[in-house]
Amino acid sequence: MGIVERVMKDVKPKGGLNAEIQSRIGHQLRAMYDDVVRQGVPDRFADMIRKLDGPDAQAQIAGEPGKTEGGE
Amino acid sequence: MPLTDSLRDDILASVPSLRAFAISLSGNGDRADDLVQETLLRALANIDSFQVGSNLPAWLFTILRNLFRSDYRTRRREGEDADGSYAKTLKTQPAQNAHLEFEEFRTALEKLPQDQREALILVGASGFSYEDAATICGCAVGTIKSRVNRARSKLSALLYVDGADDFGPDDTVRAVIGGSGG
Repeated sequence: MGIVERVMKDVKPKGGLNAEIQSRIGHQLRAMYDDVVRQGVPDRFADMIRKLDGPDAQAQIAGEPGKTEGGE
Repeated sequence: MPLTDSLRDDILASVPSLRAFAISLSGNGDRADDLVQETLLRALANIDSFQVGSNLPAWLFTILRNLFRSDYRTRRREGEDADGSYAKTLKTQPAQNAHLEFEEFRTALEKLPQDQREALILVGASGFSYEDAATICGCAVGTIKSRVNRARSKLSALLYVDGADDFGPDDTVRAVIGGSGG
């Protein structure tokens, strides 16, 4: 293989989406996302869901203030 | 279905990825957590409409996405400069991975149109199938595929094209050919 062919082979197609760039984008996207996922469940949400456990709590969130019965 | 212990655990288990999705969409940690909180309240209030055996994460993501969309529209109407404020909040966020490259990536992601950004995140980071992503976004599978492709092209252009041009084929080939001649 001549030097020009070898250079051409290594060159990225201009404006095209090469596999290396796509893989880097995918990796960065997941790294950013997983960074948050690894933080787990903040207490704020764990407490909230635990408190909304019983039937009373369900009625509380289902009902709107000032609207006690009937009505769609 | 009623809120059983196992369903509650499943909802709780979805919180980390809901937060990651919310932060990716809004670029703002505080606002993201408000979105997640509202999503959970809506989900629990409407838990009876959740079908047993259907995809819980997809259901929760749909709620969050719709909330974000209505919130976003409201803010736009109120005259907030969405792009400018997002960019600022990004810089003030405590970055855990404070690499420059990482920040550049987040900034580039913020520049994508919202349709493309959410499609790319759902498929490329959340791990949803094209079909689930289409359900979440309320559009056709083909639309999701084309949005993901356009998002990748745009990100690639924003992040890498300048650098690629520095070592573009013309210059490289010219340098090699020219160099061999002395």
